[in-house]
Amino acid sequence: MIKAMDITVTVNGEVFQKTIEPRLLLSDFIRHELNLSGTHVGCEHGVCGACTILFDGMPTRSCLMFAVQADGHEIRTVEDLGTMEDLHPLQEAFQETHALQCGFCTSGFLMSILPILEESTDLSEEDLKRAMEGNLCRCTGYQNIRDAVQLAAEKMSSGGES
Amino acid sequence: MMAKLIGKRITRNEDPRLLTGQALFVDDVELPGMLHAAFLRSEYAHAILKGVDVSAALERPGVVAAFTAEDMGDDWSPGPPLVIPPPTIEDVEFYTRTQVPLVKDKVRHAGEPLAIVIAENRYIAEDALDDIVVDLEPLDVVTNIERALDPDSPLVHDDLESNLAAHLVQEKGDYAAIREGADKVIKRRIVIERGIAGAIENRGIVASWDNKQQQLTVWDTTQSPIPIRNGLASMFGLSEYQVRVIAPFVGGAFGPKIMMFYPEEVLLTWSTLKMGKPIKWIEDRRENFYATTQERGQVHNVELALTSDGRILGLRDDFLHDTGAYDPYGLTIPLNTQCHALGPYDIPNFSSDLKVVFTNKTLTTPVRGAGRPQGVYVIERMLDIAARELGIDRTEIRKRNYLPKDVFPYDNIIIDQAFESFVIDSGDYLPAMEKALKLIDYEKFTKEEQPKLREGGRRLGIGVVSFIETTGVGPYEGARVTIESSGKVNTATGVGTQGQGHFTSFAQIVAERLGVDVRDVHIVTGDTAQFHWGTGTFASRGAVVAANAVNAAALIVRGKVLKLAGDLLETPEEELELEDGVVRVVDDPTRFISLGDLAQRSNPLRGAVEPGTEPGLEATAYFGPKYGATAFGTHAMIVEVDPETMMVEIKRYIVVEDCGTVLNPLIVEGQLHGGVALGIGNSFYEKLVFDDNGQLLNASFADYLIPTAAEIPTIEIAHQVTPSPLNPLGSKGVGEAGAIPVPALFAQAVENALDVDGLEILESPLSPLRLFELFHGEEKDA
Ligand code: FES
Ligand code: FES
Repeated sequence: MIKAMDITVTVNGEVFQKTIEPRLLLSDFIRHELNLSGTHVGCEHGVCGACTILFDGMPTRSCLMFAVQADGHEIRTVEDLGTMEDLHPLQEAFQETHALQCGFCTSGFLMSILPILEESTDLSEEDLKRAMEGNLCRCTGYQNIRDAVQLAAEKMSSGGES
Repeated sequence: MMAKLIGKRITRNEDPRLLTGQALFVDDVELPGMLHAAFLRSEYAHAILKGVDVSAALERPGVVAAFTAEDMGDDWSPGPPLVIPPPTIEDVEFYTRTQVPLVKDKVRHAGEPLAIVIAENRYIAEDALDDIVVDLEPLDVVTNIERALDPDSPLVHDDLESNLAAHLVQEKGDYAAIREGADKVIKRRIVIERGIAGAIENRGIVASWDNKQQQLTVWDTTQSPIPIRNGLASMFGLSEYQVRVIAPFVGGAFGPKIMMFYPEEVLLTWSTLKMGKPIKWIEDRRENFYATTQERGQVHNVELALTSDGRILGLRDDFLHDTGAYDPYGLTIPLNTQCHALGPYDIPNFSSDLKVVFTNKTLTTPVRGAGRPQGVYVIERMLDIAARELGIDRTEIRKRNYLPKDVFPYDNIIIDQAFESFVIDSGDYLPAMEKALKLIDYEKFTKEEQPKLREGGRRLGIGVVSFIETTGVGPYEGARVTIESSGKVNTATGVGTQGQGHFTSFAQIVAERLGVDVRDVHIVTGDTAQFHWGTGTFASRGAVVAANAVNAAALIVRGKVLKLAGDLLETPEEELELEDGVVRVVDDPTRFISLGDLAQRSNPLRGAVEPGTEPGLEATAYFGPKYGATAFGTHAMIVEVDPETMMVEIKRYIVVEDCGTVLNPLIVEGQLHGGVALGIGNSFYEKLVFDDNGQLLNASFADYLIPTAAEIPTIEIAHQVTPSPLNPLGSKGVGEAGAIPVPALFAQAVENALDVDGLEILESPLSPLRLFELFHGEEKDA
């Protein structure tokens, strides 16, 4: 059997030390080892974007990485945004514009869009497209997600900080 | 006055959980000691199974069990049919052949399961699949539905004489007679190919038998938890009360998750009962392409008979429908196709000869639209051709043939998917069309803009199509509404939910009836321990059947509240109002009692309860419509085709929808957006490609293209409201509406954009490559 490896990874600000198999996918590690099940898996071949997390601040498909590659790195997942009682402005915008239906794709969209808005809330059409076209949603037809991003940009630029 | 809640644009109750990653999906269920399953699936589409040897797999460390069909002994049996064929038509031939839990003798489609491995984790289970030795003898394969009935075709089911799964003829009036005298008869062949539903969450199951409690719990991504519970109980000799099926949050469904029983549902349950350990199986995307049901494949030979001024005399639609390797879903899809080929039109004579055929492909069951898009495609395309050949405007020919608004209820004579006479309850088609034409500015576009753009070498086209959608079929749904002593309201229903916003639209109804805050109404869906009567979420019926049951139960509770409060406040009921969570005297708002207090008083811990009364403020009610409510609408679009790349850009997309009373426009519009997006996929991007050996050539999201944000335009929606007379809320379903007319619309608009003499689009889906071939007059490869 393949030797287990020790990794240290910071997830949502908390440091985890785990011993894992080298072939364990990062998505499975996050979901089943850390029990952060808000990150979803829809294809496991890097297309749907449901598994998107922030890896050292960059939107990254966790199904395309091994957990051992996260050793020494920093990860943010959807659980690091707002809480049910106190949603992040981006999450609020999603609710207000009805940008989610089944909600399975949603955390992937949130984590893809978040760093773009954190960098700048002055979005061009092109930025908006770039923020969204890497993620699949079968329920919403994307229109309300587009509206949500615009609304979130307004909320975040007018000081509703995360 | 109390704000009216029904019909309001209210944001959803369920969103905070979903947005923060706190909603439970099946793959989020973690149980102590849980094992993980993987299935070995056939790579051949048609083969004799000579042997499966799992002994090497069992030796792999971490593997706990592995089973084949033989291991199941007497528990092995083909699944019961989900829908029986219609009993009311004479001369219907139907051969029931249902899917099996594991292949025993013969593989009938690629991806059929041959064995299950259960291990400590999924990785080990998948490793062990490679250890299994399988002896398969490949057979010739039938994939083409037009060749399936050839005398020399390979047989999917050897005990049948042919691959005919069903044959039925539906007639209205006398088509043959009317054809004789018709001014114009148009004849075409129309081909519609298969696609997937493509929910982003794959299927999944966790099954757990607790021997001490003698209790089976199954978490399942099903649209239909109650029938699953009842079926599993009867299959495994358990009492229904020993089986709890939970459909938690489900990540999209669109039809295939209603299918039952999938082999995996049987196998996981059988295995946990045998092993006494919880077991999880989560489908991966590749499996989803092979093992989850699909839809659409049909070939039509159509004739439309008309007068010279474009009035329809009759329609003949003889067609083949592909059911795949088995036919558990009966005739639902092709019956929908027949009904929707009649559309919103006055078609006095109709004849349709339907043959359902078996092929060596994954089975077909309803996918959002469920046979309706094909029927709409048939009639709308034929009307387009008729309009052109008769020199009538496309929109005018439709107007001339609409059923007038005073004919409803209108009996179409043929039977529908509910096996009842196909009656349209209500409709008012012309204003919906007029509204769409106005919104898209049809006159101006066709008379001014388009000619100018064409002169400049640009190829822009416009499309306008009408459609109907039968929704909200029976038999029934139920709901139980309970006011708790906190004053909050719990409402349990039997339907499952997959993103349709039931937690909110149902809550709006209850909140309106009981005068409480929408956020204080908690809706339970999909847990048989909470409510165990009902059938499921399908056929766009949640907003019709379940919502009306919720409404009925809430009204009974309202009656109880008023009675008790009337006694306590010593005021006649008519002088009380329910608002802000209290019952108060209209003229003297200082005299009130809260719903929470009332709930406590109705359920005392000591003292006597009057004989003949029931404790609590609770009621259960059911709703079963006589027949389905028929929604309708008109869609219009403007497209531009790039003559070099044959890419199609949608410039504008208009929906005029009439789904009766709208419970929540936010949710209805969301359903329409999603439906149209799926329809656009169906029209131009999504096609399952099988080779002659029955192998799927595009079984991944990298090869099978689900539209992204870049392909889906802004959809402009206008509502029209013609309430259904069949239910107190007046609602009709809308879950599938968006998807239904899109392929017909897309074909019309693209044909109009290309504007080439003799170029007719008679197939769906299209693609840039296919448009290129059509444009340059090349024949399609066989
Ligand atoms: S699950 Fe990672 S991209 Fe689909
Ligand atoms: S909301 Fe269901 S997939 Fe996006």
